[in-house]
Amino acid sequence: MPENTLTRADIVDRLVQKVGLTKQDSSNFLERVLELVCVELERDEDVKFARFGNFVVRRKKARVGRNPKTGEEAPISARRVVSFKPSPLLRQRVEAAQSARRD
Amino acid sequence: MLRSELIARLAEENPTLKGREVERIVDVIFDEIAAALERGDRVELRGFGAFSVRKRDARTGRNPRTGNAVSVEAKHVPFFKAGKELRSRLNNGHDPEDRD
Repeated sequence: MPENTLTRADIVDRLVQKVGLTKQDSSNFLERVLELVCVELERDEDVKFARFGNFVVRRKKARVGRNPKTGEEAPISARRVVSFKPSPLLRQRVEAAQSARRD
Repeated sequence: MLRSELIARLAEENPTLKGREVERIVDVIFDEIAAALERGDRVELRGFGAFSVRKRDARTGRNPRTGNAVSVEAKHVPFFKAGKELRSRLNNGHDPEDRD
């Protein structure tokens, strides 16, 4: 699969093009959106974007894992992790595009 | 927080913009990410996290209610991994993935 990487700069360019904001304002908005999402997650609040997906914070208990390479046991500490649940629409868009490429 | 609440918040912080414009900004951001994933591209937002498309192999699943085996086809699914800064912020300033 030929793979490119979309970065902040690409999103900022799109905002300039499509919304007509300055580069600086576009960049500030993007940072602010990401920051507000982080702040919610820090407070254990889920973030739900209809048609895109939901970000959910989950608490994991400490457990004993294994180094997959060496097979050695390694303790894994308790932690909070973010899990992203893509919306059915996003899943469908991704799957449809991928299978179209295969055919 | 819902999309509408994010928009309300941004609108409050930017009184010179119309609500519609703020809505448009948020939509463009998420549409852009979705479009990249549709192309099979990665989206890397340092500190926040990275979106990618992961391939899931075909497998035999089970209907949880009946226990019947069902074949699940291979598929591509959107995936998100939180960035280092976000992982740290969620874990008292320490990224649990760090080896110390």
